Amino acid sequence: MTALLAAESITAGYGDSRAVSEVSLAVERGEVLALVGANGAGKSTLLRVLAGAHRPTAGRVHLRGEDVTDVRDFERSRRGVCLVPEGRRLFASLTVRENLEVGAGSRRAGRWSVDTVVEALPILGPLLDRNASQLSGGQQQAVAIGRGLMTNPDVLLLDEVSLGLAPIVIDELYASLAGVWGGGLGIVLVEQDLERTLAVADRIVCMLEGHAVLEGTPTSLTREQITDAYFGHEVASW
Amino acid sequence: MVIVNALLQGVLLGGLFAMAALGLSIAFGILRVVNLAHGEIMTIGAYLAAVGLSSLGVSVWVSLLAVVPLMGVVGYWVQRLLLQRALTLGELAPLLVTFGIAIIIPNALIELFTTNKQAISTGDLAVRSIKLADGLYVGVLPLLTMAVAIALIAGTQLLLARTRIGRHMRAAADDSETLRLLGVDHRKVYAAAMGLAFAIAALAGVFFGMRQGGVTPFDGQLMVLFAFEAVIIGGLGSLWGTLAGGIVLGVAQTLAGVVSPELPLLVGNLVFLAVLVLRPTGIVRSKVVV
Amino acid sequence: MADLVPGAVRVDRLRRRMITVQIIGAGVILLLAMAPYVFEPSVTSQWIKLFYLITLATSWNLLAGFAGMVSVGQQAYIGLGAYGVFVFNDLGLDPYTSALVASVVIGAVAFGLSFIAFRLRGGYFAIGTWVIAEAVRQIVIRFDSLGAGRGRGIEDYTADPVLRNLFTYWLALGILVATLIGSLFLLRSRMGVALQSIRDNEVAARAVGVDVTRAKRIVFVLAAVMAALAGSVICLQQIGVQSPSQIFSVSFSAFMVFMVLIGGIGTLEGPIIGAVVYYVMDLYFSQMGLWYLVVLGCLAIVVTLFLPRGLWGELRARFDITLFPVGHRVVALPRPAEPDASASAPAPRTSPRTDATATTASTEG
Repeated sequence: MTALLAAESITAGYGDSRAVSEVSLAVERGEVLALVGANGAGKSTLLRVLAGAHRPTAGRVHLRGEDVTDVRDFERSRRGVCLVPEGRRLFASLTVRENLEVGAGSRRAGRWSVDTVVEALPILGPLLDRNASQLSGGQQQAVAIGRGLMTNPDVLLLDEVSLGLAPIVIDELYASLAGVWGGGLGIVLVEQDLERTLAVADRIVCMLEGHAVLEGTPTSLTREQITDAYFGHEVASW
Repeated sequence: MVIVNALLQGVLLGGLFAMAALGLSIAFGILRVVNLAHGEIMTIGAYLAAVGLSSLGVSVWVSLLAVVPLMGVVGYWVQRLLLQRALTLGELAPLLVTFGIAIIIPNALIELFTTNKQAISTGDLAVRSIKLADGLYVGVLPLLTMAVAIALIAGTQLLLARTRIGRHMRAAADDSETLRLLGVDHRKVYAAAMGLAFAIAALAGVFFGMRQGGVTPFDGQLMVLFAFEAVIIGGLGSLWGTLAGGIVLGVAQTLAGVVSPELPLLVGNLVFLAVLVLRPTGIVRSKVVV
Repeated sequence: MADLVPGAVRVDRLRRRMITVQIIGAGVILLLAMAPYVFEPSVTSQWIKLFYLITLATSWNLLAGFAGMVSVGQQAYIGLGAYGVFVFNDLGLDPYTSALVASVVIGAVAFGLSFIAFRLRGGYFAIGTWVIAEAVRQIVIRFDSLGAGRGRGIEDYTADPVLRNLFTYWLALGILVATLIGSLFLLRSRMGVALQSIRDNEVAARAVGVDVTRAKRIVFVLAAVMAALAGSVICLQQIGVQSPSQIFSVSFSAFMVFMVLIGGIGTLEGPIIGAVVYYVMDLYFSQMGLWYLVVLGCLAIVVTLFLPRGLWGELRARFDITLFPVGHRVVALPRPAEPDASASAPAPRTSPRTDATATTASTEG
């Protein structure tokens, strides 16, 4: 069986510095795959490679078995891979509704529309006509995710969902996201909050200095194994 | 009465400047490209209309139907083939490319058509006027120009606010990379915006030619400066602001013309420079506001 | 790879190369200064043109290539430089002194105008300088004593054409040398580093405490003085100004852009090469009339898009050469050889050019 989205020994970097080294992973339909690791472990770069926003120096990306490594970012989004980027990156001069509508730009058919997105993320309801620049961090993140859903993706790549948000806001956000998980959508999640990650992920890949060093399910991995992988061996031997 | 008349003519002249400024505003607001060749695009529009008239006998109004869409297509492809590449090379490159175009066009026009004015005749429209009071007339053509300018600004505003492509244009101005992540080819959006800017520029060029009774290869250099001054005086980024800026510039020129026929251009430029100095914060804002 | 010590770096200002450049440069200048004794005036008068072209290209490169200010209004100062010759000549100074005095006055004018121009950024700065140039021309032609819209000749001038050519030649050469030396020292100074940081990232430069506006203003004024001097040389060579619209023509900006782009923007060598290329093209193609300008415009676009580093940039990238040492490189120092280190790999001495393994971060264009 071919995976929904698969990366095969991806190597990528910026100039001479290498951010990702020979990482392979695959996400299946309806699965939440979490990438964990310290800052600079290469998680965001890997997501950008999967989305086509960053060109890898080696390795291939396959979507439903088809090689999409050379398919550009906007075309890849039209084929069902959508990245919700770090920092939300809302269109600041557009309203929330307009931000969502831009997400429908890829014209893929599917269950998501402004109405269904608001249903899934109820906090957006009263905000629709507000300007995106007037929102709080949590609200912005909800719009960014909703906008990504509007592309009707098969795979949603979520980068640093809770970065910079208050714990209570994160709770609300994840409560809403419960309605988004499943339904055949494959999700790759980058999240700093390990508790949260263990709670929602079906499978976890730990990255350290650009390498995938550990993979397993939340139940099969011990806390020590993960912190080990998170910080590397020197720290773990304290 | 002379002053009142000059004021009135100046306001109407402002409509022409606003029309010229609109395309410049769109190109900068959405693509962050200051098109130094904007005036030359206007000139090309006017030349096409003039040639249509002289060699095919087509009236200006009919030729507009062809010239405006044609220049829109030209703008689309200039963006896709030249400027898009320049945009990836940094801030200087687009400026230098448009400056290159601004040098090519007038010199090619001189070689092809000499420096003589190519007539753009509008029958009696250019001389027809409406009497408001003794010594107070408004020309039909300036009035029409103002009406078209207002319609264009309102239309552009609607396009940006209400349509899908307009939404994409504003989104591209904010963050073109994120737009790509959502499945939109930003290059096409940029090219559409530049096409729009070129089409409006061509239209404005034809109206300028009608007002002057024709077009010369040197008009582009004048017009790009007028257009630019209207944009800055009106405040960068506001479409209705360009109308206000155009009117300020128009009034300054016609009032100066009352004093001496040699003064309008100089006074227009000085008013612009004064606005630049007196505005407290300088010019920083630059987004298209809807 | 040599064993590099973390944190152990030195900043190499390429001092030795600077000395070499000074010696060779002095020799070249001396030879050029004696050229009128060897060559016919018809030859050296051609060189005058080359000299002022290099001066113009260098000045525009300082603005755009080093301080990130694309001006298409330098013709304002070229024109003022030319008209300044008339003004001070009429006041009784000889034309050559007039040129120098005028350039100082024009520097002051440019200082004042910078407060207007600096209210605009990027592309709008470009077009704003163009408006200023137009306004300056429109003001100049209001003066009947300056020939109004017709242009005029220099009243009180050296009668002997050979001497006239000789003096103009020396003036043009002197201006060129001053421009090049001035630029070299400017870029080697602390200000030079500031400027290059502005070009690379103005916001970051501000954040680390660079007085961006001051640095830009100094360059703006210097570039105006250089353009004014070039303008007065043009006026001296043509014994006057044929028409104000010619000396205030935006074509001058086109030529400057072309020369700098072709040669390589952001390097000191590039504009010199670009000016020579333009000069040679001008010799052979100017009979094409205005099609020549069309070709220049096309070439400028092609070079911008497909050869953005220009001729010199390409050469330098391929052969790693520089003539003028304006860079500062941070050289990582190797660990001193330890007695128990493997004998087969003694750490080589790191010098910026000969040792390719040294980790260098260069601030050169």
